[in-house]
Amino acid sequence: MNPFQPIGRAVLALLAEIGRVSLFLKDAIVQGLTPTFYGRQILEQMWRIGYNSLPVVGLTAFFTGGALALQIYQGSTPGTASTLVPNIVALGITRELGPVLGGLMVAGRVGASIAAELGTMRVTEQIDALVTLSTNAFKYLVGPRLIAAVVTLPILVAIGDTIGIMGGYIVGTRSLGMNSYAYIKTTADFLHLDDVTSGLIKTAVFGLIIAIMGCYHGFNSKGGAQGVGRATTNAVVSASILILAANFALTNLLFTE
Amino acid sequence: MADGHIILQDLRKSFGPKHVLNGVSLSVPKGHSLVVIGGSGTGKSVMLKCVLGILRADSGSIRIGGEEVVGLKGAARDDYLSRFGMLFQGSALFDSIPVWENVAFGLIQGRNMARAQARDIAIEKLSQVGLTAEVAKLYPAELSGGMQKRVGLARAIAADPEIIFFDEPTTGLDPIMADIINKLIVDCVKRLGATTISITHDMASARKIADDIAMIHKGEIIWQGPAKTIDYSDNPYVDQFIHGRGTGPIQMEVLKA
Ligand SMILES: Nc1ncnc2c1ncn2[C@@H]1O[C@H](COP(=O)(O)OP(=O)(O)O)[C@@H](O)[C@H]1O
Ligand SMILES: [Mg+2]
Repeated sequence: MNPFQPIGRAVLALLAEIGRVSLFLKDAIVQGLTPTFYGRQILEQMWRIGYNSLPVVGLTAFFTGGALALQIYQGSTPGTASTLVPNIVALGITRELGPVLGGLMVAGRVGASIAAELGTMRVTEQIDALVTLSTNAFKYLVGPRLIAAVVTLPILVAIGDTIGIMGGYIVGTRSLGMNSYAYIKTTADFLHLDDVTSGLIKTAVFGLIIAIMGCYHGFNSKGGAQGVGRATTNAVVSASILILAANFALTNLLFTE
Repeated sequence: MADGHIILQDLRKSFGPKHVLNGVSLSVPKGHSLVVIGGSGTGKSVMLKCVLGILRADSGSIRIGGEEVVGLKGAARDDYLSRFGMLFQGSALFDSIPVWENVAFGLIQGRNMARAQARDIAIEKLSQVGLTAEVAKLYPAELSGGMQKRVGLARAIAADPEIIFFDEPTTGLDPIMADIINKLIVDCVKRLGATTISITHDMASARKIADDIAMIHKGEIIWQGPAKTIDYSDNPYVDQFIHGRGTGPIQMEVLKA
């Protein structure tokens, strides 16, 4: 038994999967993002992916901002706390934690529901039925989800950023006894538009990852309820890992001169 | 043979090492109803999906009205598909939209018809299969299996197709409902003058809707002839199947499958 055999097989399987996902991405863009567009579907997906994720993203950001403020306060001296807490909360939330945690939460919520919905449509032949009704499944199903995720995720995270900074502010001023006016002034002084936009660029990429992984695994699910369950898990796990990897790559690209 | 509306010649399809279609050849004259009988897993659904281009045949020829259709793409494929209606084995209704929108789907999405006009046609088609306007507002999950089949039938005929496929239209229905569905199929087909291929393993259904019957076994057509002659086929496979005998040349591949 050659010990390299399982490793080789795993690498080959991974490469094949990357190839399949790339082809799917190409079809999603070439077919899904070219006319005709299904306006109703796009709006419905924006509602489901964007608006319905607001509570999750908002709560995540709020608690993260608060916890961050507490930790930074612990790590700073009484003299530096009044600048460090607002400063690092604002940068940390807008550059990293808002996009990444928001992305991961939405990957769990939306990636799973896309994969489950499309997976069920696949195994019950609804996707085949679409084809026989002269409707391109990439245009009707994938395109709207892709557009909705890429457009709404940055908006969601922008709102989350605001709530996260507010979380830090509330903890800072209510339980750490910091001056309210000074906190806001420091935040405003240190936070640049660049920090926010670069975070939102990341977020748009995360939206793409979530939609593509959900659609890909849903489209390729087979074998009934169990297959749909597997597709759902795979969609969430692969989207989460890809979000973390893409975050690392994009941080390198956007924040290092 | 040469003047058939639908002509399949030496159609082959494998999934990996598994040969499902081993050279299917058959011909259906215009306006005729062909019923394909055969055991479960013999490739009946795969054959229809190859004709519709949902699955890509490995080799062979599919001619519709004298025109070769294997490998059609883009707009030519959409045009081609708009000539077909299909009733899926499990109905494959879209569960996120109401019944009337299911029926009108091909008209609205595939042909850009105004929703109000498509709705009127849908209600008319629903009444042709014995469903009232009340049912039109319900969602597919609120219907019984027999009603879902009727909606699937209404959807298949909504765009007045010239060719209709019925995949096991009566499977899973009680004998009375099965008979009603058979009668609806005969009526609808007669009204449209459509050419049809139906798949079934219900002999009562086959006798009721067929002009011709073909039997598929192990991915090949082993017998084809007028429906009236099936009792005198002198073919041991056909005899075993139509009399439902447990013993004979057809061995159920329960363990191998
Ligand atoms: N997409 C697919 N991938 C792999 N195998 C398939 C696929 N579709 C059908 N098969 C296999 O092909 C065989 C024939 O299936 P099918 O045509 O659905 O049978 P039936 O005659 O009962 O309609 C089955 O053994 C099935 O497992
Ligand atoms: Mg079948």
